[in-house]
Amino acid sequence: MTTAALRRPALNMSVGPYLAAGLVVLFLGAFLVVPVLKVIQVAFQDPATGGFTLVNFQDFFASTLFRQSFYNSVYVAGMSVVIASAIALPLAYFTTRFNFSGSVIIQTLAFVPLIMPPFIGAVAMQLLFGANGSVNLILRDYFGITIPFMKGLNGVIFVQSLHYFPFILINLSASLRNIDRSMEEAAQMLGSSGVRMFRRIVFPLAMPGYIAGASLVFVKVFDDLGTPLLLNVNTMLAPQAYLRISSVGISDPMGYVISCILIVFSIFAMWVSFLGMRGKDYSTTQKGGGGLSRRDLTRREAVLCYIVVLMILALVLAPHLGLLLLSFGTVWSFGVLPDGFTVEHYETALTSAWGFIQNTLLYAGLAGLIDIIIGTAIAYLVLRTNIIGRKWLDYMAVSALAVPGVVLGIGYLRVFYGVEMPVTGQPLATWWGIIVIALAVRRLPYALRSCTAALQQISPALEEAAENLGASKLRTVRRVVVPLMVSGLVAGFVTSFATAAVELSATIMLVASEKDAPLAYGLYLFMQSAAGRGPGAALGIMAVIIVGLATYLSHRLVENARHNQATTANQGGGH
Amino acid sequence: MNMPVKSVTTHESPQDVKPGAVEPVEIDIRNVSLSFGATEVLKGIDLKIEPGEFFAFLGPSGSGKSTLLRAIAGFGPTPKGQILLGGQDVVGMAPWKRNVGMVFQSYALWPHMSVARNVAFGLDERRVPKAETERRVKAALEMVGMSQYAERYPSQLSGGQQQRVALARTIVVEPRVLLLDEPLSNLDANLRVQMRQDLLKLQRRLGITTIFVTHDQEEANTICDRIAVMADGVVQQVGRPDDVYDTPANAFVASFLGTANVLEGSVRKEAGGSVFVLHSGIALPCAENASPGAGKLVLRPQSISFGGSSENGLKGTVMSAEFLGGMIRYAIDVAGQTLLVDEVHTRGHGRRKAGEQVSLKVRHQEGVLIGG
Repeated sequence: MTTAALRRPALNMSVGPYLAAGLVVLFLGAFLVVPVLKVIQVAFQDPATGGFTLVNFQDFFASTLFRQSFYNSVYVAGMSVVIASAIALPLAYFTTRFNFSGSVIIQTLAFVPLIMPPFIGAVAMQLLFGANGSVNLILRDYFGITIPFMKGLNGVIFVQSLHYFPFILINLSASLRNIDRSMEEAAQMLGSSGVRMFRRIVFPLAMPGYIAGASLVFVKVFDDLGTPLLLNVNTMLAPQAYLRISSVGISDPMGYVISCILIVFSIFAMWVSFLGMRGKDYSTTQKGGGGLSRRDLTRREAVLCYIVVLMILALVLAPHLGLLLLSFGTVWSFGVLPDGFTVEHYETALTSAWGFIQNTLLYAGLAGLIDIIIGTAIAYLVLRTNIIGRKWLDYMAVSALAVPGVVLGIGYLRVFYGVEMPVTGQPLATWWGIIVIALAVRRLPYALRSCTAALQQISPALEEAAENLGASKLRTVRRVVVPLMVSGLVAGFVTSFATAAVELSATIMLVASEKDAPLAYGLYLFMQSAAGRGPGAALGIMAVIIVGLATYLSHRLVENARHNQATTANQGGGH
Repeated sequence: MNMPVKSVTTHESPQDVKPGAVEPVEIDIRNVSLSFGATEVLKGIDLKIEPGEFFAFLGPSGSGKSTLLRAIAGFGPTPKGQILLGGQDVVGMAPWKRNVGMVFQSYALWPHMSVARNVAFGLDERRVPKAETERRVKAALEMVGMSQYAERYPSQLSGGQQQRVALARTIVVEPRVLLLDEPLSNLDANLRVQMRQDLLKLQRRLGITTIFVTHDQEEANTICDRIAVMADGVVQQVGRPDDVYDTPANAFVASFLGTANVLEGSVRKEAGGSVFVLHSGIALPCAENASPGAGKLVLRPQSISFGGSSENGLKGTVMSAEFLGGMIRYAIDVAGQTLLVDEVHTRGHGRRKAGEQVSLKVRHQEGVLIGG
């Protein structure tokens, strides 16, 4: 079924693709490869002599603080995977195996991590679940107990797992849905049923999806800077890296050592996920396939399912709800709810934070634009040309996934601090444009995926038909390929835009002055002080609305495109 | 394929199957109806399949053939009516309790298990002792010629090999009946011809009552003892392939099995017997005892030949010709009525040109009258 999609029209141009590829390589080389290699190099460099050394790593592990940070990061990431799995497993099971009308709600949860990064809700969670938060106040009054949801590392684990469990949910559900109905039926036909069949057939087949989701959660939590910072948990790796660089300076090697560790763990998690998936494309390509068989729930089961789903839903929406209360509340301290309500915070946010919002729209918009231009170029070069090394373009762009934001930020500071801007003479690292580039590089893998998917859906026969009728290569791309890709491109742009709009970890390192700061950074500033929390929450709500709308828009576009293509595609090309 | 897979030792099976149930059983389908929501997919099916018979459900997609097969295996919604396997009604019984073997169209080999593990699965479920499992898996793989692939994974096998493993996995548990759901549809043309012969040999060796679902009349005709032609959830006709071909019950069956001229007209008594008169006034010979009245006449292209004498000959004009290899199929215009006529192709003889005037002869007794 892929042979047609991979067929490349014979190429009779030579310079064009290489020129495009060259520009892409130049961009990624300068803004991804060089900074990361620099970070690794500095970690292995003697600060005094500049020679190769392992002494930085020795120093790192000799320090109690760093050892503790390392253990904490591993512990928090691991526990977050465990808790997230506990939430995601039953939900995935309900939605794929039963005719359950709650499925729509659960599937919608999948978009929560895209709409709001965890750090935005972290402060609100403190007010809801903290030692003197709403939940514990109620527990203390009625049951005489308190639960340390938010105490130290618990808080980070709690916020992160509530936030990232949809990654496991999406991947696991997709795996479960991809299991052909006949896989189960064959087992039943041979006498297997119930739990035994689940253990022997269904679970092993769903394993790759689970591993993919779980390793993603691990990496996201391990690399995250914003959430621990806002919860004031500094004994973790990413906050330590940030604090070292921002307080000691860019010449301090510890930040670089931590960066290396973050990269190693990222790569390790990607490798685990790759191992899990390798040779295990379990989706059926033969004729006669069908989804996993579903059955109806009995009344009792349905009630039970709804209770579980509603409880999880309440937990998942708690940060949003808390944020909303905070943004409208006057004073909220030692109370289940705020003392009173006001819209003042929104006024404050709009007047004093208008600059942040403008910056965000500008930065995220530019980053999204850069991403779809480069994404389209790479997708086209990889899928439709024969140029040498085209696969490496893809690998290079996607490798950005393994680079935590903190690391990229540190790399940029180190490499571009010495580079002067042409006219102003200001260091390149402090120019606002560098934030745009950092955002673009970090979001490129997502945009690239949209562009590749959009291009894959266009049969090469459509291009060949245009060429056959006399259109040149360039005109074919312009008149046939791009118009057909357009909804995919918009989806890619929106994804980049939405996630870039609320990214904090690279941004926080690169913001040189407050007037250049985007919304995420502004939010961080506001949340530092008790007085700033209200306006901060209002700003957070605005961010959620911007990103939520954008995500919805992209979702609709992709759905529409899929619907339109389903009617015209798949004719010819075979299976 | 050289060893019967019947085990010597008996084992405790989770099914309500008595020892000796590997003897061929009869399948008796009584008034089975089934709906998907408001759509009626099966409409009162009655069929009796003899013990040890190789039986085909033949029909176009949407005819209900796969639905009926799945109902026998216990998949899909519970049908109304009765399905008796060796006298036992299985409607409403869980699939895992039926001991019915099914080979899926997609083969449904579990990708996370080796070939040997796949084949052993059903025996594990039946708590068959390890040593016996090993022996029976080996025997089953040998039977389908896949012994050397026991440790491979399904993704490392070709379509034909996967098919054989799927067969081995099904027959190793000695099911009461064998159900094959379009088993050849994922294979390429040459392999399909080879595989259908292998299937037939295997079925004969095991002697197991087998139902073969297909939309390909050639597959059904070549290997099955009897076929049930299905359309719109109804059995149109049951019989031996050649009987069904020669005496189709209706226009659908006539056209679905091979090519046919289905001509409208009416039967008229004449001095010498009965003739079938087309609307154009052309008279064609038909069965002597045909009762007069409007009807349809089915004439196979090979029942008409060129060069009829002047008295009962039909005059026509060649419109087009299709070269089919062994023969050439002509479309002939006879007084406004198009007739398909086959002529055996012999080396060196060109084909008749479009526009050529020809006379045709219809062989006596070969036209079949069917109802409106």
